[in-house]
Parts: sequence; structure tokens; C-alpha cells
Amino acid sequence: MSKMDSPRQSRRSFLAAGAGVAASVLAKPALAGGNPANQPPNVPEWTKSLGEGVAVRPYGKPSKFEKDVIRRDVEWLTASRESSVSFTPLHELEGIITPNGLCFERHHGGIAEIDPADHRLMIHGLVERPLILTLEELKRYPRVNRIHFMECAANSGMEWRGAQLNGCQFTHGMIHCVQYTGVSLRTLLEEAGVKTSGKWLLVEGADAAAMDRSLPIEKALDDCIIAYKMNGEALYPEQGYPMRLVVPGWQGNLWVKWLRRIKVGDQPWHTREETSKYTDLMPDGKARRFTWSMDAKSVITSPSPQAPIRHGKGFTIISGLAWSGNGKVKRVDVSLDGGRNWWPARLDGPVLDKALTRFYYEFDWNGEPLLLQSRVQDETGYVQPSKAELRKIRGVNSIYHNNGIQTWHVQANGEVENVEVA
Amino acid sequence: MASRPGMCRPMVRSRMSKSPKFIALALIACTLSAPAFAQQKTEVKAGSRYHIGRAPTADEIRGWDIDVRPDGQGLPDGKGTVAQGEKLFMDNCSSCHGEFGEGNGRWPVLAGGKGSLTSDNPVKTVGSYWPYASTVFDYVRHAMPYGNAESFSVDEYYALVAYVLYLNDIVTDQNFELNNKNLAKIKMPNEQGFVMDDRAASEKAFWQKDPCMKDCIAPVKITARAAIIDVTPEDGKDGKPRGVE
Repeated sequence: MSKMDSPRQSRRSFLAAGAGVAASVLAKPALAGGNPANQPPNVPEWTKSLGEGVAVRPYGKPSKFEKDVIRRDVEWLTASRESSVSFTPLHELEGIITPNGLCFERHHGGIAEIDPADHRLMIHGLVERPLILTLEELKRYPRVNRIHFMECAANSGMEWRGAQLNGCQFTHGMIHCVQYTGVSLRTLLEEAGVKTSGKWLLVEGADAAAMDRSLPIEKALDDCIIAYKMNGEALYPEQGYPMRLVVPGWQGNLWVKWLRRIKVGDQPWHTREETSKYTDLMPDGKARRFTWSMDAKSVITSPSPQAPIRHGKGFTIISGLAWSGNGKVKRVDVSLDGGRNWWPARLDGPVLDKALTRFYYEFDWNGEPLLLQSRVQDETGYVQPSKAELRKIRGVNSIYHNNGIQTWHVQANGEVENVEVA
Repeated sequence: MASRPGMCRPMVRSRMSKSPKFIALALIACTLSAPAFAQQKTEVKAGSRYHIGRAPTADEIRGWDIDVRPDGQGLPDGKGTVAQGEKLFMDNCSSCHGEFGEGNGRWPVLAGGKGSLTSDNPVKTVGSYWPYASTVFDYVRHAMPYGNAESFSVDEYYALVAYVLYLNDIVTDQNFELNNKNLAKIKMPNEQGFVMDDRAASEKAFWQKDPCMKDCIAPVKITARAAIIDVTPEDGKDGKPRGVE
């Protein structure tokens, strides 16, 4: 059975069973549009005249025709723009690296604008040799480069009670994946000499929220990084310039930005961000604490509500992202009929530990409605659960860690909607 | 899980040496942690330090070292009463949090919500949810008032925390004085309300060898639609979610 044939069968059975959607209207190709004067056989204006010279744009920006590829926020989500979130436009991106200017933001006291000359990183507490470092000194330590995703614990949190926001930017866009350069946290802890009684780190930011979290020493010595570059250039202020903590696979809140202090202790601190927030309320009224790792998750980024199918029926590319805080993505499956039948997707590009992984599923769309889903399995064998499976255990008030399978309803006209199915 | 640093660190270093004897030793001693460290420290010779940076002075540490733990470690000398806190709260906090901690608009609710944690709409406040009084002090002193952080004296922060505890009926006497001796002794109603992350056990069913591929479930129907809820920000006049060309 060829790849092009198999999905059709699934759609047939899905439609035959009566999903309540009309299948007869075929989507029409969108008009090409544009200005005929610039199109063949005419010679376009940009061929007849010179463009701007070098260094007219000393720091390049995307084409003006890409002006809609931007971070967005949802104003009703929070009381204040300074303690809020914006979303990465996943529906417009490809590959696995997020451009620096598009990485989602989550601040609790606004963007600290820090003069690196005044910034200090202090390491103290249960260490043999307390340490204070400037940025320039930090850069003299051996460097590591790692590509990791950073996902807010609340990503998809607005969807616990049902389909709410219409677009994967809003439902899944509290994530970015960049290459971080910095110093292994282990290197600095060895320089300071952690005492045997040192079991936990308090990591704290220099912003107006003074974000602080407790980090267990095992993770600190494993793969954490104090990063000062992202995708090759200095961290952006909204990502913690001049330095941030990178905690691979773990919830974004722990990735303390504007990092100024690491204190080694023998117990966790139970700070506001690990008691009041980032604890997950369960149906029995108890809450899980220290739910650090982000479980395996995936989403189809196109088609999606902000990226409808405009070309009509025919060869169609499904593009999506998969990731796991517990290791590498092992496989991704795609369903066209709401999870009844699945076909293996094709992983393309690097498959890295605790990093975004790009997948594709190509098929011949006959114009009938679809219920698209993606389902990832990571190298530990964990299979991304449905939202119903998650709710069965967790209820609907846990806010964080919603990694349930997303469903997009592709209509016959190519429009796409965020839906739930049962 | 990795070993404690004091136990494992020297052996990891020797693993990086060229001696087969030390490699064998390290693998035995660090069996569990070795995979996690496999990509680390390949350039560092045994026992090396970089001697980059300096020791902070006691004053430098003192200025930043203001965190507080549930057992009271880190509490600064100081005191403040509920009555003192009430005045400070009215002048500096109530515009967002409400005079009784009920929260204005979407600003956080600080008090109330008792017994709501199993309800359809839990109200998670200092009184109904927070496990430790130390956290209130630590957070308020670090980050409040919002937009004017670290602007009060230590005594004023004790008074403010005393008032927030009073709003939650955790202390009931207006003359109650909160200080560095008694804060850690205060029992919060929901201290026992938290369990360690248990996903590996309670969600064990999510680990599967071969996920189902064919006829996995009965045909499905759409049960909820985001377009009907209609709360997604929109750019233009066409009513499409922002980001549509």
C-alpha cells in the first residue's frame, strides 16, 4: 500500500461513519494575486533598478512581505503586560531553530535592560570557594554549544477545558528552540567546589521579579548551561541578556533569565514559583510539586487555523514539530481521521536530545474534510496521550503540562479550526 | 540519578585521564551517573581549576542573599504587626489586590478560597493553597510591590506578611506580631496538600511498546470548537486569527 493511497482509506471510513461534515465541496486553489506588471512576460521593477547597497541594513530584518510573522499575545490572559506571555508563530516556521526575534517571551517583571558591565553572577552557600564573576570572566570558561527546546510549563494550558484558542501559535507557541552557547553549570560548580551536603541550588534572576527556583544538584551537574549566546549572537534582552540558565528538557520557568545568583543549599526553598505557581492541582485537591520535565508532545504547524490550505486538493504537505523533555523523538505518527488510524511521519533534519524535531507527512488530499492529529513517541517509549487520557488522571485544573494530542479540523474549503473530538 | 558531587566528581575527572585503571574505577563508582556525564568535561585535566573570577565579599553576599526557607533559614531580624501591615497594605497593595485581598480585576486574589481546591473553579490563595508562610515573606520581599520591588524595610515586610496571614484567618489577632522567631512556626492550612511529581507511576500507561496504528478507536465526532468560543485575538476585518495572510 503506497503512502499516497493509505490515508484515503482512512478518510473514507471516517466519512462513512458520519462525522457530520460535508465532503462534497472541493477546496478551490487561491488566486495568485499580485501585480501583473511585475509578472511574465513583463520585466519587474526590481530588475530595472538598483536595490539598496551593503550595510544599508546593518542588522538585517525579514522581508517586509513577512510582516505577519511576529510574536503575538492574548491580552485577556493576564492582568499586566509585564507579567505575561507572547507566543512564537510556529505556523510560519520550518526546521527546528527558532529565530531569536521570534522566540516567545514570558516575563514576571518586564524585560530587564542590563548593562553587562554592571552584571554579576554570584555562586555561594554550601561551596568551598564562593565565586563572583563578570560576563567577561564567564566567557573565559570552556564553552559548550547545545540545541534545546524551551517550553513554558503553561504551554497549551488554556486548552485544558476544551478547544479555546484558534491557532497553533496560541495553543502551542510558548516554546522555542535555539542553539545556546555558554558554560556548563557543572564547570562552575566544580570551580566553586560544592560541599557534600550541597543537594539543591537556588537560582535567581536580576529582574524586577527576582525569579527564583530550586534546582536539584543532580540536574545541575548533568546538562545545565549558563548561556550567554543564542543562535550565535548575544542573548536578546527578553531572553535574559546577558546570561540565562538552560535546563534541558525541564519546564521553562526554571530557565532563569538575567541570572545573577546561585546559592547551594541542602533543601529546596519552596519559592513562590514552585508552590503557588508551577504546581499542578489534581482532582483530589492535592497538587503535584516539582513537575520539572516536559513530557513528549507534538503539533501539526501547517495546516493549522492560521495556515489554512489555500491550494485546493492535490499533493499536500503536513508539517509539524515533536519534542520530549525526556530524550530524543523516536517516531511521530499522523492521523487524518481524529486518531482512528495512524501513519508514520517522516522525521527530517537533526533529531537531537531534548530539542524540537521536524516531521512531515505528505499525501494527496482529495478535498474532503480531515481531522488531523500527530502523536509522538520518545526514546523512553512514552507515547503522547490524548487529552481525554490526560484529563482522566489529572482533571482540568492542573494548568500546566498539557501535552495532549491536538486536533485540527480541515474543512472542505481548506479552512482549519482547533477542535476536540470524542 | 547522578551521584552527589563530592562523591563522584574526582572519579569523573579520573575517567577523563588516559589511565585504563582509573577508567575502570570510575565506571564502577559512577555507573549510574556516567551516561549523563558522557559529553561533559572532555577537555579538563584531573584536578584542574581555572582560577577565573574572585571570591565575593561578605557584604556583597549579604546584599543579595535574602531568600527564606520553610524552616526559617534566611529570615532577617525584624518584626511587624497585623495593624501596621494593614496600613501599609491599604496604601501600597490594595489598589491591585483589593482591601481584603480579594483581588481587583485580574490581579491576584490573596485571601479566601478555603475548601475550593476540589471544586470546578479552585481559588488558590495564600490561605487556601500556599504550603509555607516563608514563601510569602520570600516572595513579597523579593518582588512586591509590583513595579516598586524591594522598596520597604524588613520590618515593613514582616508587617505586610502578618496582614496577609490575617486576611486568611491564619492569625486572628490584630496585635499579632510576626517576627524572625515565629514566622517559621506558623502552620499553613494546605501544607500537606502537595505530593512529589509521580507521573512515572500514575501515568505509567502512557509508556507503550507499539502504539496502535489501525482502527484504534471508534469513529469520532467534533465535540468542541475554538471558533465558537471566539476569544482568539484577530488582526483584520475578516475575523481570522492573527497571523493569517
